[in-house]
Amino acid sequence: MADVTQLIHDYLRHNKKFPHVFCPGCGHGIVLGSLIRSVHALQLPKDDVVIVAGIGCSGRMAVYVDFNTVHTTHGRALTFATGIKMANPRLKVICVMGDGDALSIGGNHLIHAARRNIGITALVLNNMIYGMTGGQCSPATPQGNNTMTTPNGSLEQPFDTVELVSAAGANYVARGTSFHAQQLDRLITDAIQHPGFSVVEALSPCPTQYGRKNKFKGAVPMYEWLKKNTVKLENRKENDPRIPVGVFRNLDRPGLEERYADLKAQIRAKGQGR
Amino acid sequence: MATIRKKRKKVEVFAQGNEAIAEGALLAGCSFFGGYPITPSTEIMEIMSQRLPGSEDGVFIQMEDEIASMGAIIGASLAGRKAMTATSGPGFSLMQEHIGYACMVEAPLVVVNVMRGGPSTGLPTSPAQGDVQMARWGTHGDHSIIVLSASTVQECLEMTVVAFNMAEKYRTPVVLLVDEVTAHTREKITIPHAEDLEILSRVVPSVPPEWFKPYAEATRAVPAMAPIGSGYRTHVTGLTHDTMGFPTSRPDEVNDAMKRLFRKIDQFYGDIMMVDEFMCEDAEVAVVAYGSVARSAHYAVEQARERGVKAGLLTLKTLYPFARPAVEKLCRKCRHVLVPEMNMGQISREVKRVNNGLTRVRTLNRVDGQIITPSEILKAIL
Repeated sequence: MADVTQLIHDYLRHNKKFPHVFCPGCGHGIVLGSLIRSVHALQLPKDDVVIVAGIGCSGRMAVYVDFNTVHTTHGRALTFATGIKMANPRLKVICVMGDGDALSIGGNHLIHAARRNIGITALVLNNMIYGMTGGQCSPATPQGNNTMTTPNGSLEQPFDTVELVSAAGANYVARGTSFHAQQLDRLITDAIQHPGFSVVEALSPCPTQYGRKNKFKGAVPMYEWLKKNTVKLENRKENDPRIPVGVFRNLDRPGLEERYADLKAQIRAKGQGR
Repeated sequence: MATIRKKRKKVEVFAQGNEAIAEGALLAGCSFFGGYPITPSTEIMEIMSQRLPGSEDGVFIQMEDEIASMGAIIGASLAGRKAMTATSGPGFSLMQEHIGYACMVEAPLVVVNVMRGGPSTGLPTSPAQGDVQMARWGTHGDHSIIVLSASTVQECLEMTVVAFNMAEKYRTPVVLLVDEVTAHTREKITIPHAEDLEILSRVVPSVPPEWFKPYAEATRAVPAMAPIGSGYRTHVTGLTHDTMGFPTSRPDEVNDAMKRLFRKIDQFYGDIMMVDEFMCEDAEVAVVAYGSVARSAHYAVEQARERGVKAGLLTLKTLYPFARPAVEKLCRKCRHVLVPEMNMGQISREVKRVNNGLTRVRTLNRVDGQIITPSEILKAIL
């Protein structure tokens, strides 16, 4: 307990007015906890960590933590992060986005950040719904689910974040959940250390919006659902309908900022610079 | 030991407007360019892609679209860089949301818009001046912004330097509007030596991090800016924020924050306002113009004088905030004021607003993708 108190003192902003915006039972706080524990485990100086967040419930995460924090526009967090990382490659840039943020309005930026393989860590907090605006269908809402904009069930099939960013070229791709907090700690710690673009999708329940509209009787059954419906990637058998969690892709190619630094060195060596 | 400074030779080159803009940006200290190709501004991006990687700390990145370009340069600006992008009509439309973000978080940056015929895809290789009101009012929400224009290739270079200086001094996005003709005209220009130019950079905080209030009321209404990674762990948000940078909806805090954003531009009006007056002292007929049209107007005014008509020309280099005193002075004494422009009347709206019944304001509009010729203006003056 004392450790937790110490982490709160060290990493949360004292001058920010609490309480936070997250609803009771929300999974986002657990992901934020994992993020803080990962930064602490890696002993990263707070001055070197940049949290870039989008818009939505997940976007509000940035304001509470005592790092360099940028709360950007809807879907565009990765573009700001790209500018920050290229301007100062020394910084550890971590992007926090929701599923609507990363996969819908920011889908283009997500695949291009993966294609560039730029040294940014992207956390996609997937609660399968637009929470802040009151529970509308997102590109991660499972087919057939009810939301405010799909009262008769969603007709569209959802994105698989892991497959999407893997195909687009990200170095490190993992999926965890708010239920498996210790695993999530490890995944985020791994991702932050990894060169190139790293993505961790965190399934994070939204009892207020998603739960109510899809016959969950509260937050606890949603976490039980996560426990029951996920399987470790290593233990997964063929045709298992459960959602696999773990590390899906783990490559060591250099990130864009490293390749750019090499290019600059080459140009300088040739004496082309002016 | 006294150093003997060699007399610097003027560098004269034959260049087009876009090349001059790139040259001006580099002279002003631009070290980050994020962009997306679009005619007729692409040469700026191409030159930056050649020059920046070879410079000491220059970064060039081609983004996936114009929204991303703006995001990247705001990010770079927050990280302490002088950053810019260049685009044209359709791309400028896409940038609007982030221009508002830059206004809100007070990120210094320069957006060059080489205007082509519109709306929509319009006339990609023909000139127009249809984006003037959009440059002022394009992003949602009430805001203040600086919009500049250039009418010659030499001015393209000079106004780019001015744009960076104003962006840094007032912590605001600055839009530089150029039309396709100015951007693609080739003529001889003089490239000044960097040491001969006044180059301004943003003020960084001088207090320790624990005392620093990132959006506090400052002497000049422009607060100091701490780059990301410099030890001042600030929060930057597009939400209306208090002096600490944290979101607020308290009416008193919101009011103070909004009013300061306007005041920081308003109180330096005299410094921001740039106009060129040509034969205005005794003018009985005045032309108010900007961009390539101002060059046609210059010739037309000379011709009119030869024919005995006392004509004068006011060239607007700063479009917004609008040059009210200079225009009003002309409206008070001239028989009529002519506003030729390559749109259906965007600056003439402003001139009419300032005029407010003082004299007759006439318009001369062309929207066929062709320049306004001196003879057309001359005909309208006589």
